[in-house]
Order: sequence, then structure tokens, then C-alpha cells
Amino acid sequence: MTQELTVGVGAGELATADMVLNIGPQHPSTHGVLRLRIVLDGERIRHAEPIVGYMHRGAEKLFEVRDYRQIIVLANRHDWLSAFANELGVVLAVERMTGIQAPERAVWARTLLAELNRVLNHLMFLGSYPLELGAITPVFYAFREREVLQAVMEEISGGRMHYMFNRVGGLKEDLPAGWLGRTAEAVAVVRRRMADLEGLLVGNEIFRARTAGVGVLSAELVHGYGVSGPIARASGVDFDLRRDEPYLAYAELFAPGGPGRVVTRSAGDALARFECLLEQVHVSLDLADACVDRIAALPRGPINVRLPKVLKAPEGATYAWTENPLGINGYYLVSRGEKTPWRLKLRSASFNNVQVLAEILPGNLVADMVSILGSMFFVVGDVDK
Amino acid sequence: MSVLDLLLRLVLLLACFLVLPLVVGQIEHKAMAHMQSRLGPMYAGGFHGWAQLVADGVKFAQKEDVLPAAADPWVFRLAPALALLPYLVVLALIPVGAGQAVVSADVGIFLVLAVMGIGIIGTVMAGWASANKFSVLGALRAAAQLLSYELPLVLAAASVAMAAGTLSLPGIVEAWRPWWLLWQLPGALIFLVAGLAELSRSPFDMPVAESEIIFGAYTEYAGLRFALFLLAEYAGIVVLGALTTVLFLGGWKWPFLVGGLGWLWTLVKTLAVAFLVIWLRVSLPRLREDQLQRLAWAWLVPLALVQLMITGVVRVMG
Amino acid sequence: MGLPGRGLAGGLATTFRTMTRRSITQQYPDVSPDLPPRTRGVIALLEENCTVCMLCARECPDWCIYIDSHKETLPATTEGGRERTRNVLDRFAIDFSLCMYCGICIEACPFDALFWSPEFEYAELDIRELVHERDRLALWMDTVPPPPPLDPGAEEAKEIAAARKAVAAPAPTGDRHGEGAAR
Repeated sequence: MTQELTVGVGAGELATADMVLNIGPQHPSTHGVLRLRIVLDGERIRHAEPIVGYMHRGAEKLFEVRDYRQIIVLANRHDWLSAFANELGVVLAVERMTGIQAPERAVWARTLLAELNRVLNHLMFLGSYPLELGAITPVFYAFREREVLQAVMEEISGGRMHYMFNRVGGLKEDLPAGWLGRTAEAVAVVRRRMADLEGLLVGNEIFRARTAGVGVLSAELVHGYGVSGPIARASGVDFDLRRDEPYLAYAELFAPGGPGRVVTRSAGDALARFECLLEQVHVSLDLADACVDRIAALPRGPINVRLPKVLKAPEGATYAWTENPLGINGYYLVSRGEKTPWRLKLRSASFNNVQVLAEILPGNLVADMVSILGSMFFVVGDVDK
Repeated sequence: MSVLDLLLRLVLLLACFLVLPLVVGQIEHKAMAHMQSRLGPMYAGGFHGWAQLVADGVKFAQKEDVLPAAADPWVFRLAPALALLPYLVVLALIPVGAGQAVVSADVGIFLVLAVMGIGIIGTVMAGWASANKFSVLGALRAAAQLLSYELPLVLAAASVAMAAGTLSLPGIVEAWRPWWLLWQLPGALIFLVAGLAELSRSPFDMPVAESEIIFGAYTEYAGLRFALFLLAEYAGIVVLGALTTVLFLGGWKWPFLVGGLGWLWTLVKTLAVAFLVIWLRVSLPRLREDQLQRLAWAWLVPLALVQLMITGVVRVMG
Repeated sequence: MGLPGRGLAGGLATTFRTMTRRSITQQYPDVSPDLPPRTRGVIALLEENCTVCMLCARECPDWCIYIDSHKETLPATTEGGRERTRNVLDRFAIDFSLCMYCGICIEACPFDALFWSPEFEYAELDIRELVHERDRLALWMDTVPPPPPLDPGAEEAKEIAAARKAVAAPAPTGDRHGEGAAR
């Protein structure tokens, strides 16, 4: 609802001049070093341009001089909130090239960890987005929940952020005794406590006023800019690789009658994006439960395969994409038969998702800019690679 | 009133003015922490971090007094004082007990509301003098906010004045009866909401919205001057609490323990309102500037007029 | 959507309810965290097991392990036998200001000379102090926990499988660490 009344003084309007305002690279709501160069008329944005690259670390070039185990270390760092999912893409690509088949136990354990990672990622944004809208409490609840999950992630992998737990052909180590039980418990705790987070935001009139109808992203723009993940699904683009091109154990989980379902909204506004994220947490928790039950029922077996001393991908190319928490994360692996890739192109979700800001920011107020920026759920490392 | 008596009262006032905001700040630290499943400060001073704000003050005093190169030095330096002093004046007018106010004025409510409006000029000065785009935005937001909340604030206060038939603050408390809680309830709510906007407190903290415009008009401030702005914010909460207490909650009146301990009730009620202010900040997101305008003009002003009408009708009938 | 303000009241109720419950803060310096054995805190060096094979230094993705050594000639132990040369470690240092805590060195070490320890309190005021030399790395050995037992569905740990084989066959000699030489 925008009603504007221009009040004239004297013969005509007051003369106004546009103001150029740099949001970032050091600004509280850019979560790092994204820079937006916006042109303001009063508080209304006339023009916006996302300027990226302040955190470019040359990940793709670094990949080219690392063997496949070393690449995992680097690959889990561009989107530091979805480290497990990033590792996964690399090992899936290499496994496909080399024809290595991960054992069933590894497949289910990977699926479980990927879903826990998704919950961790989403909780982060469920906490930080309200913070941008001035609600200071949700982030503490979100981190309380994250801590519960991080404890089980740390117990199995040894890491809290950069798990470094995937290996070509499986996982680094098997699960510690009793870990499955503790994971089920953690999932139950998080599910129970989600009510606190929802109590603060769902149905909150102010939150609704700040997000509903703000920053509407059309399905055409989604397709035009290659936007993916929960943001795209909030605009009604019903596409989720877990269902549409299943990897790991998702084919079974997303089969009819399974716990998996794709969350979509049609409004395409900030509220829809937030609701998508919130509901995906619940779906992921259900998926995690299903994985825990499944792993407990699996027969005894290995969690990885024995690799040759020097792992070389045969000459050729492959593209492995996964449904990362923030969207589609793809690795285009070109090998010339060396132990390092000749080229490993990284398609990261946030990079595309951020580009669309130039289209949806103009016309909004600075206050809404923050609301839109926060609802695009990006990680600057994932943008700048 | 002898000179000595006046001096004593002034010293007491100054002590209250310096201590009460810190008490409110500490309550905010701890209450907010526990509402967020945290503990808050635990070390400064030993027992549950009671001296945290004192330590903060020491820290602020040690910091460099930064003056941006392009700033307007005099205006920049004066702004914190202008933001803080009005609250001191208002506090002097608050009757804490029967006949216990530092200064008593017959048109107290007038004076209080007029003086409170001055504080915003400090913010506008700070924003303009800082030579910072974010500061300017913050200052403009603060000024826009002034336009929207001042009218409902005055109308709500006018309703009480009308009910009591006096403009004197002690007079209003004297005239206050418990059933006014219900009679003046809409007015009280309007007064509180408008007061929150006046103080730039959540959910109306757009002028300092840190995720949007860094810290608004105070972005360029550091050290003691920044501390003064913070002090002004918490002094504002104390003043708002005290005013709400005096106008709507019956000041020093209570079913029991009246007599000489009336000031204690004033204090308790003031802190209760302060807690409410803190609680709202912890629980609610921030509105947008135009949404506040809408709230003020579409809801608060009409409601305040209705309240005024109800008050008038009851007065005439009664 | 019911009454206007219901959502706001819900928020107020949530925070108030949380206030009445115990907070989850862990008072860290006073109460140390309970870290799982796999936690990647710091790398410990068991010098006796190191053969200066340099695999860890080569496999490290950011080359933060520095190893110096020299060759020593051992006289023949038997009459007419051959002289043997062996590598002697002069320097083993890990620069934790570069380390990415991936654990590849520990995985790569064929002689079990490197271990993870959950210890994490080694922040320094000067970044150069983060280079831990061999004596400092050796000290961390005391803090290395035993690995956790594995899930019943897991394959037997390599070490245990090897030990079982070793019990069945005559035990190899000269294995100081017990689980070394398992590969």
C-alpha cells in the first residue's frame, strides 16, 4: 500500500536531488561484505546495484591445484552455513566420474547429515532475518536450537562449521555409539522448541506488516536470473532437486507416502520466503527422523570404500548439482585424468539469488530494502566464492 | 522553601537522574537476557554483574572524543546536552509523593509536554551536524516521528487533565480515583504508545534502526557524547514511566502503605512501566516509518479524540 | 487471524515464558565445555612415531606444516652387515594461523604420529606465536582422548580388526604405540 502525496511549496515542488548511498561493504544488514550502491530520493530507492567480489578467494582456481580430498576442505567454505552440502556436491561429482559407489550406510548417513545441515542453515536465517526487522530475540532462540544440532554434528564429524566429513566413496568415519539416539533426541528438542521461534513471529502483526507484499519476486524473474532454492519456491517455482532429480536417498524419501515434500508459496514476497524457510525446517526435521530410523535398521556394513593411493578421475566431464539449503549448488568437473581437476566450476546459489536485487529493490524504501535483503537468504562467501 | 531545602531537593533530583536510568538499563540487561535464554552481565561488580553499567561508563569516559572532519563542531558537541537536559527538567516537575516535587508548577502538564518535545531537536542537530548520510536519514526519521506522535500524546494527556479538572501534576494525582484505570485506559495506552515513539524505543526505533541506518543520528558519536545519548534514552524511559504513573496510574496512591512512603509507590509503578517498555523491545519487531504515521493518524488520533469525548461526557454527567 | 494484537501478545507471552525458565548460557571460562572426542581442536604430535616421511606436509591443503630433518647413518648391527640410514627429525611445526583444521595430515599419517585433541585454548596476542613447534605439539598428546566406540551397525574399526589378526598370529615386535603399524 503506497500512497504518495507530493506537497508543493510556492510555485511548484521543492527541488530535490538524488543521494547516492553505499550500503556496505561494511553494513550491519549485509552479513559480510556485500555492497549495494543505491540511489535514493528521500528514502525511496531509485536505483540499486549489487557490487560483489569483496570476498573473492579464487576458490575455483585453488581447486585446480588440489587433489580431491583437499578440494573438500576448500569446497565446504564458500557457503559456510551449508558446509556439509557443499562437500557433498564435490564428492558426488568425483564418485560419478570414477564410478565409485558409496555404501548404503554412507548414503543414508549423508542424507541425514545434509538435512541436519539444512536445518542449521535455515535456523540461522530464521534468526537473522527478524534481527534485520528489529526483532532482537528470535536470533537467540535460533542459536539455542542450532547449538543442540551442532552438538551432534560436532560429535560425529569433529567440526562445528566446516565438517570435513565427506570423503570420496563415503564418510570419514562411522557414527559413534549412541549417536543416533542423541540425534533423534536433538531433532525432537528442536521440533518442540520451534514453537518459541514461531510464537514470536508467526501471526505477529508488525512482522506481517513489514514483510507481506514487500519485495515481490515474480516467477519470470526467478527464471530470468536463475534464482533457486526456498526463494524461488516462495515465488511458486515448484522445483526441488531432491524430488526432481534425486540424489543420495532422496528418491525414497520424496516418494509418494514418504516424509519428504516440497514447500512452495505463491505470493513471492518476503513473508512467503520466510514461511518457506520455516516450513522447510519442519520438513527437514521429519526427513532427519526418517533417516535415523532407517540407519538404525540397516545391516552392519562399511561407511566408506577403500580408495586407491592416488585418486584420479578419468578424463571427461560431469556436472553434479545438489539442492543446497540456499538453492542449487553445482560443480562442473572437468578432468584430464590427473589427480587434480583440470577445471572445477562452481555454481553457487547465493550468487544468482543476489543478482535479482537490482530488479526488486528500486521503488522501495530503505527500511524495505533491509527487509528484502534479509529475505533473499544469501551468504557472502557463496556470492564471492 | 528555603535555599537549603531547594539545594537538597536539587541534589536528590540529580542523584535520581543519574541513578535511575542506570537502574533501568541494568533491568534491561538482565530482563532481556533472561527473556532470550541468556544470563546477561555476570562479572562486573561480582553479584550478577550489577556494576556493568558503571563499568560501561568508565569505558565510555576513556574513549577518544571523535569529531568527524566535515562535522559542524559546535552543533555536533551541543547535541547530546540538548537531548538529555529536557528530561532533567521534566523529572524536576514530577511529584513523587504528596507535595514532594522539586519544582511545582500550576501548569505542570503543559510544561512537561512542551519540554519533552525539545529532546528531539538534539537528535536532529546530531544528525545534521554529523555530515553523514545515515545520520541525516536518522534525523529526518526522528523529525517525521515527532509529527506523528506528538498530537496523540498531548490529546491523551489532555483527557486526564480534563478528568481531573486541573493542569497541575500533583492536582491530577490528588483527583485520581482507582476507577480511572478503566475510564482512562484507552488514553493510557495511547500515551504509552506515543511515548515509545517519542523515545525512539522499539517497536518505533526507526530513527536508530541499526540494521538499516547503522545508528541513525548517533552513528558518528563515540565516548562520553555517545554515552550521553544513551543516558538520554534511559532517562527518557524513566520520565515516560513517571509521567504515565502520575497521569494514569495514580502516582503515589495505593490501597495501603500510603503516608510517608508514597514515593516508593511512584518508584515501583515507574519501574513497572519501564519493564513494560523493555519487554516490548525484546518481543516485537520494528515498524516502518510510514506505518507509524498511519498508526498515529488513523488510529491513535481518532482514539484519543474518542477518549476525550468519553472523558467530557462522564465529566458533564457526573 | 483473530483479534488485532494477538500476534503481538503471543510474542510477549513467549519472551515472558522464556524468562521464567532456566537460561542455557554456559559460563565458559568458569565451566569448561564438554567436548566430544572427535572435536578438532588442536593437533598433537607423537614424535616417536614420526618417520619424517613428509606425507602430512605434502598433503596439507595450505602447506602449514614445516618439517626439517637430517639423515643419520647407523653402523651395522651385525658383523659384515649393511649400514643403515635413517631420518632424524630436526623440526616439526604446525602454523595454526594457517591451519584450516581439516585433519588431512592426521588421516594421511601412515604411522599414527598425529592426533586430534579437543583442546582449544591456545589463542595468542601475536600471530607468530601460533606456530607450535614440536615440543608444544608433543605436550598436546596428554589431552588426546581415546576414540569413541562405534555404532553397533558400523564395521569393526581397522585397529581392532588388525589387533584381532595380531592376536591370532604372533604379535609383531617393536610396536610402541600398540595401534601403530595397523595398516
